[in-house]
Amino acid sequence: MGEFQVHRVRFFGFVPSGIRCLRYCERSERVAVARLDGSVELFNLAANCFRDKVFPGNESRSTEAICWAAEGRLFTAGLNGDILEYDLHNLRIKYSVNGFGGPIWCMEANPSGSHLAIGCEDGSVKLFQVLPEKIQYEMNLERQKGRVLSLAWHPSASHIVTGSIDVIRVLDVKTGHAIQRIAVDRNKTGSQNRECIVWGVAFLSCGTLVSADSAGKVQFWDSEKGTLIQTHRVTNVDVLALSVSQNEDSLVVGTSEGTVFQLQLMPVRAGEAARQWVRTKPFRHHTHDVRTVAHGSSVIISGGMDSHLVIRPLMEKVQSKTYDSALRKIIFPHRCLVSCAQKAKLLFLQFPQYLELWRLGKTEAVGKHGEVLPVSRNQEHLLQLKTKGPEHICCSAISPCGSWIAYATPSRLYLHQLQYENDGVGISKLPRLLHSAHQILFSADSTKLFVASDCVSVHMFKLSVTDCKHAHTFQAKSGSVEATCLLAASADGNWLAAASLDFEINIYSVKLLKHHCTVPVYKCPVSALAIQPMSNNLVIAYSDQQLFEFSIQEKQYSTWCRKVQQHGLHRDWRERDTPITNITFNPAQPAHILLHDTYSLCIIDKTLPLPDDKTPLLNQESLRNLSETARKARSHAFKISKKFQPLLFMALLDEGTLVTVERPLTDIQAQLPPPVRQKKFGT
Amino acid sequence: MAALSEGFALCGLAAGSAALLGLEPGGGPDRALLTDPGRTVTLYKVSDQKPLGSWTVKQGQRITCPAVCNFETGEFITVHDSKILRIWKDEDVNLEKVFKATLSEDVYRLHSCPNMEPLVVFKTGAVQYLDALLAAPQQEIEAVIAEEEVIRWTEVCLEAELTVLVLITEKDGEYRVYVQKLNPSVLLKFKLKSEVERSTPLNFTASLKNKIVTLQALYSDGSIYKSLVSLHEPGTEEEMVLSKSLLLKLPVSGTALKRAALAILDDTHIAVLATLPSQNNDARECLCVWNIKFQTLQTSKELPQGTSGQLWCYEGRLFVTHGKMLKVIPYQCESSSLSAALGKLKDVRSSEAKMVSSVNWNAFLEDGSELKQLQQQSPVKMDSKRSLRSQKNSMGRVEAKAKKSEQLLDDLKTASLSCIEQKLQLIFSNTAEPNSQITVGQIAAILVSRCAAEPTFYPRDILIQLVQTRQLSYSLCPDLMAIALEKSDVCVLQRCLQQFPDIPEAITCACLKTFLSLNDTSLQELSVDVGSVVCYIDIAHENKADTPMEAVQNGFSPMPMEEDTCDQPVLNPQMDTKLLCPVNLKRAGLLNAVLISAYSDMFLLPHLKDLSAQHVLLFLRYLQYLYMKCSENVNTTLPGVDVPTVNQIMDWISLLLDAHFTVVVMLPEAKGLLISLHKFVRAQVKFYSELNKIEGSLQELQKARHQHKHPGLYSIEVLELV
Repeated sequence: MGEFQVHRVRFFGFVPSGIRCLRYCERSERVAVARLDGSVELFNLAANCFRDKVFPGNESRSTEAICWAAEGRLFTAGLNGDILEYDLHNLRIKYSVNGFGGPIWCMEANPSGSHLAIGCEDGSVKLFQVLPEKIQYEMNLERQKGRVLSLAWHPSASHIVTGSIDVIRVLDVKTGHAIQRIAVDRNKTGSQNRECIVWGVAFLSCGTLVSADSAGKVQFWDSEKGTLIQTHRVTNVDVLALSVSQNEDSLVVGTSEGTVFQLQLMPVRAGEAARQWVRTKPFRHHTHDVRTVAHGSSVIISGGMDSHLVIRPLMEKVQSKTYDSALRKIIFPHRCLVSCAQKAKLLFLQFPQYLELWRLGKTEAVGKHGEVLPVSRNQEHLLQLKTKGPEHICCSAISPCGSWIAYATPSRLYLHQLQYENDGVGISKLPRLLHSAHQILFSADSTKLFVASDCVSVHMFKLSVTDCKHAHTFQAKSGSVEATCLLAASADGNWLAAASLDFEINIYSVKLLKHHCTVPVYKCPVSALAIQPMSNNLVIAYSDQQLFEFSIQEKQYSTWCRKVQQHGLHRDWRERDTPITNITFNPAQPAHILLHDTYSLCIIDKTLPLPDDKTPLLNQESLRNLSETARKARSHAFKISKKFQPLLFMALLDEGTLVTVERPLTDIQAQLPPPVRQKKFGT
Repeated sequence: MAALSEGFALCGLAAGSAALLGLEPGGGPDRALLTDPGRTVTLYKVSDQKPLGSWTVKQGQRITCPAVCNFETGEFITVHDSKILRIWKDEDVNLEKVFKATLSEDVYRLHSCPNMEPLVVFKTGAVQYLDALLAAPQQEIEAVIAEEEVIRWTEVCLEAELTVLVLITEKDGEYRVYVQKLNPSVLLKFKLKSEVERSTPLNFTASLKNKIVTLQALYSDGSIYKSLVSLHEPGTEEEMVLSKSLLLKLPVSGTALKRAALAILDDTHIAVLATLPSQNNDARECLCVWNIKFQTLQTSKELPQGTSGQLWCYEGRLFVTHGKMLKVIPYQCESSSLSAALGKLKDVRSSEAKMVSSVNWNAFLEDGSELKQLQQQSPVKMDSKRSLRSQKNSMGRVEAKAKKSEQLLDDLKTASLSCIEQKLQLIFSNTAEPNSQITVGQIAAILVSRCAAEPTFYPRDILIQLVQTRQLSYSLCPDLMAIALEKSDVCVLQRCLQQFPDIPEAITCACLKTFLSLNDTSLQELSVDVGSVVCYIDIAHENKADTPMEAVQNGFSPMPMEEDTCDQPVLNPQMDTKLLCPVNLKRAGLLNAVLISAYSDMFLLPHLKDLSAQHVLLFLRYLQYLYMKCSENVNTTLPGVDVPTVNQIMDWISLLLDAHFTVVVMLPEAKGLLISLHKFVRAQVKFYSELNKIEGSLQELQKARHQHKHPGLYSIEVLELV
């Protein structure tokens, strides 16, 4: 059926950046995550937790706070003292406003989303009014001593509570004066009298304050009298994050030993009205510091230094105990960071600030399934290309012939030509082209460059040995303002498919330079897109694990696609954790579709029957033990190998040769700083 | 769950007054008409706790019948001095000036319901519509009940066009029920079954549904009985005895209830006002809500200041006199269901996918042998008519079958042994039936109880067959093993040990004791299932071991003889390397049955202590023998099926040593055994520690190989997808 020589690549040293802060927007069901490298990602919980929007990082930014305000607008603030607003349509920063209070440690929008409050290094809390298209400085609340590390609004927006070192303050928003100052206990149990940092505060509508501090305490205070109501010593290390549920009967805290604790407001005795905060559940899903938590109405989201985003539904709040209520751990990006020059057998690896070009090795041997073949020529590191400036790379590509590479930062698109001389690589830079590229793609014959750009447009450049010329801009008729995020070109060079952030897929005729048709819009974001070489059918993978095949010529879904939709996909297929990130084809086998997610590699044979829920989806092992004839009777369309994990990229080099890029978790963990040592039994 | 709210006082009651005459709905929502035992009728707005009007008869007159409201006209009606009927309206002030009619007979009660002309019930038992009566107030009223009979309670039930009056009378402790259908008038007479326990009915409720009158009666012994009167049947003149079924038994402290009241809240809930034992054992009057479906107390409320024993229930509120107050207690009844109590599966899809077949306990309880019904209750929506008929059919079959099995069970109680055998052959031949487990259990129970009663009756073969149906378990018929133990029937015991999964440890130990103490000669005659014992006990040795047993005639006790023979190899192990089995084949078979039965060491240990020292030694020797046999081959198992595993053997050895540690230490005969056992175990431990070392190095090798498999950052491998 299919035997491949697989080049298993594990030298892609990608390390996802740790999560600094996150906020959950219940209304749009989106989680905004800010990472330590300054990048911001949006996850769509309604679409199978797909990471649909990414804002590349920046070395000069250090995000400390993120928040949603005013009808789904996203703001971050960081140690460079700026407040940024993000353009969610075209994935760039709209503007930045300086807070003039030194580094900003925390930012919080008031419940109505009309004002932002920032806590600054100089001890001031500043209010900004959120206006359409901008924010405006409004007032400075009374400046106090010591940096403001955390703040929270009262639900009525009348007061703000701030957390600093050793002290909690309550400020009146109207007058701007501090009306309460609460000194927080230092951790006296330790050998040295360390200062107590209030990492997180919350203001309940009843006037109770909640604080989480570096001494491992979660404390409840009376805001009017300034008295301590209750103390929960949840850990011996820092409690770094705090989040209270909307109805204020539950809260979660994240600690630096990687545990998230839930505290709930429970009746003291069954049937009684008196209620008390009780520590209920510990969640251990992180290995390192949990820097941030968010408490949704039925979900707890946490993130931290180990870069894992953990989405954990609260089982008591979930109606159906189905796959949708399962725990999610998102580790790897949902977009390819690797591109491959099939003809030249080159791999082009994208890191935040540099790019690497590798030549794959060679083998002369042949072997049976599972054998490791002797490598006759080793892999070769050809090039490392560093970007200038603090901006991170947002996308990159190498042409199939291997003589062009292109990459883009948020402000610029770069194109380089490569010359291979015996062992070395010569590089020449081409003139500045344009700004903003969300995806770059070379045509199969390496003569054209497609650049996905803002407002559902795609730019096409013609490449020649000396030159690169802008040839055309494809613009969809829909007039949408969302950026194009995914591209796929046909092997014959006639067609170009472009998916935009609002789930729209447009197909353009490259020859006629015009819009050909639009694929019916589906309810989920597109996770991968590719055009079959022979039939020119567009294969689309959506984030909810559905697969569609669209015939470009006939402008309608193909017969096989209708069959799949009628029959329904196997339950195990639908319930996979990670989206399909890449689709390719085998030119020798027109009925095959090769695709992969993080944990499996799959070949779909369209000629075979589809599996139903009763037959096992993973049947490779059992099939292998059967005779040839029995195999035929038992096999189904989905041939899945779970051998390569976690899989970041897969491509077909030529007929019978695959390249896979894996990134073992242990290798990532080795790059992380050591976690807080935990005493385990027997150690 | 049902719940009683805190409640509030509607009004105060005159001090020292007797029970209220009555409380009736006041012709509108939230209104109640209270008739006090003297001269006054008061109309209250309940939620406001406020009287809307009050009317009093003249000094010297006395209201004898609770006032009611005519829902049609909004007028109030009452009777004073037994015969004088008064009808007035809300705006009337003086009762002297309102409509008055003098009747020819004493009135017992007035009944008024919405959509119904008020009814007048006379003390003679006759019933008249008010309008018909007022047409000629002085008309002759016939007597329905006998002269000495006294009406105790009446109630009117309405359903659609049907109006039914239920009347209960008493005469010398005998209660009669008159169910009178009005328009056309049909009278049914019943006698309430007289109580043997001398408990008398205290309060009644009646309801009408589908032309069936349900009568519930609360008796002084705290039991609530239900009786059904069908109005479908034509009325007969003769008096029938009303059958009743127990609905609920209230926990009554010692003495009988003096007064109690009952009210139906909904289909499954009833409220009871009675003197019930409270937590600190002093009896207090309390109001309880019971779920009759699950027989559970849902909620209760203590009324420490005492009540008049009267309880009314209107519009979701209970009315009860509490001390000097008339208290209103709103209640709430949520329908309880087992699924609500156990939590239900919310995911409909998955619940449909898995239809769990469960036992219909009701069917078991009622006729003891029916499951077929269950199959009829498939989730498929059938045409209602068809399903009804098929249900009827199945019901018919059920009854026939139930009768048949009842007949069989009856026969078992008396028939001769051969007869029984014949009858049971059929049962044994089709044990695949779904309900056969119950039937087999019942048969066993009957046979065993007969065995206990008749010392000569002991159908061993039948019992063995019953056990071997694999349908029986210890808990289904606990007396079976007890009787077999009593009769020392090791054959039955062995089968039970092999088949039953749930034998208590005490019984297991008793079996062990019986097996060990059994005389060899008597054992020889028995047909014990030897099983696979032959596979590992040498026949040659068996014969050898048996030789001294042939010499029993000389008067030797076989037990020490046997021990002598097997002591030989233990004492001189180096001389004779071949082991001898300390017990013969049959005993080994029996002991194996004990070894393989399930137990919990916590519970077994105390019973194990009852074994005598000789028995312990013999058993220990046998265990040692098995242990050594096990260790002869690599996979440490005994040949054959149903043989004890090495783990079971070792567990029993340690249990036995645990239980009889002191005995074994003190006994001189045990010394050799212990030494040899210790030596053997020590050798084994050494052997296994060596194995442990090998395992360690093998594991390291495996690890090294594994690491070799995933070498570096780059490799080329072959993947084949078939």
